Amino acid sequence: MSKTLTLNGKLITARDDETLLEAAQDNGIHIHTLCHLEGTSDVGACRLCLVEVQGSNKLLPACTTMVQEGMVATTETEQLNAYRRQIVELFFAERNHVCAVCVANNHCELQDLGVAVGMDHVRYDYLFPTEKVDLTHPLFGIDHNRCIMCTRCVRTCDEIEGAHVWDVSGRGIKSHVITELSQPWGEALSCTSCGKCVMACPTGAIFKQGSTVAEMVKDRSKLSFLMNAREKKVWNL
Amino acid sequence: MEPVTKIKLATVWLGGCAGCHMSFLDLDEWLFELAKHVDLVFSPIADVKHFPEGVDVALVEGAVANEDNLALVKRVRANSKMLISFGDCAVTGNVTALRNTLGLDNVEAVLDRVYKDAALLFPHMPDDTSVVPPLLEQVMPVHSVVPVDIYLPGCPPPAPRIRALLEQLLAGQTPKMEGRDMLKFG
Repeated sequence: MSKTLTLNGKLITARDDETLLEAAQDNGIHIHTLCHLEGTSDVGACRLCLVEVQGSNKLLPACTTMVQEGMVATTETEQLNAYRRQIVELFFAERNHVCAVCVANNHCELQDLGVAVGMDHVRYDYLFPTEKVDLTHPLFGIDHNRCIMCTRCVRTCDEIEGAHVWDVSGRGIKSHVITELSQPWGEALSCTSCGKCVMACPTGAIFKQGSTVAEMVKDRSKLSFLMNAREKKVWNL
Repeated sequence: MEPVTKIKLATVWLGGCAGCHMSFLDLDEWLFELAKHVDLVFSPIADVKHFPEGVDVALVEGAVANEDNLALVKRVRANSKMLISFGDCAVTGNVTALRNTLGLDNVEAVLDRVYKDAALLFPHMPDDTSVVPPLLEQVMPVHSVVPVDIYLPGCPPPAPRIRALLEQLLAGQTPKMEGRDMLKFG
């Protein structure tokens, strides 16, 4: 069965089980995303893919909204674009993102989004929180200064690797990703050292040790390859 | 022919590494072209002691880190028609602001680290304390102290980005700061 809906004034057809984000992507309509990661479940954490849906008095995240027959949605308005820029600015203001000295400089999804939403400066006061860096794992490290709480590492570790080393502790602005029960990563016995969280992380928060400024390039296609192989039995890289 | 009136350009160096000014000098031979249109009335690369009045465009590099920076940036704002935050330290605080993450009481720790812990010989604070401008409790981007007209990000902003901005200003246009070539931080 398929559903017919109107996206940005255009009639499109989508599969029953598709989200608004997938339907948009299938029809060549780009919506900015950050917490969305091909091959893992969606949680609507980053709010960048918020869209207007007729009949709803609030904005809905495209990644967790299923298509419905007769749905009328808009992905780009002046207001939506203004909100998206605000969201990206708030990410930059919340922790300590210093692109110039970051391992992920030039390969960072947050940095790219800054460009995409036209962020020339951050209008909010920077919080400059004191954050920790955990280098206890022999291969990898996590710098909480650069974490945006997208939870891609959490979902990747749980759903693709099946280890569930990562989780979230705390609430609101005090929330952090943790390894096991908030132990040092190097002491987490359930960690298989597979490195999938490194690939999943959109910023320089999770990185390979030994990488210096701008050296941390992440290959996310390996994650979707694994999921395609497992679920659709497609083995092409 | 020489333009009748030249634009009064100033470049200012607050709390930064001078990399943005190095990138400005990387404009190479285009600097001769620029010199046809502007008078450089104040700059770390010009021997001028006091920021003059009636400046048209001021490129401000660096974050506001100490009381000297604070006094200068206020004087720059009061005497410039257009103030441009020049580079990531001016726009975001960047590396200069890393000490903010140590908390509001970071000043003593930072000075101790620089003048005592890391010194190989005679670890001590300078005897004449006036040679070290008092550090502010927190390093701030320029726009949190004075209004900024244009933001020119980059660490440093690449020379072609600086040129693209200045060319638009010289042509009397409002500069378009869009796309990766003009906006990428870092």
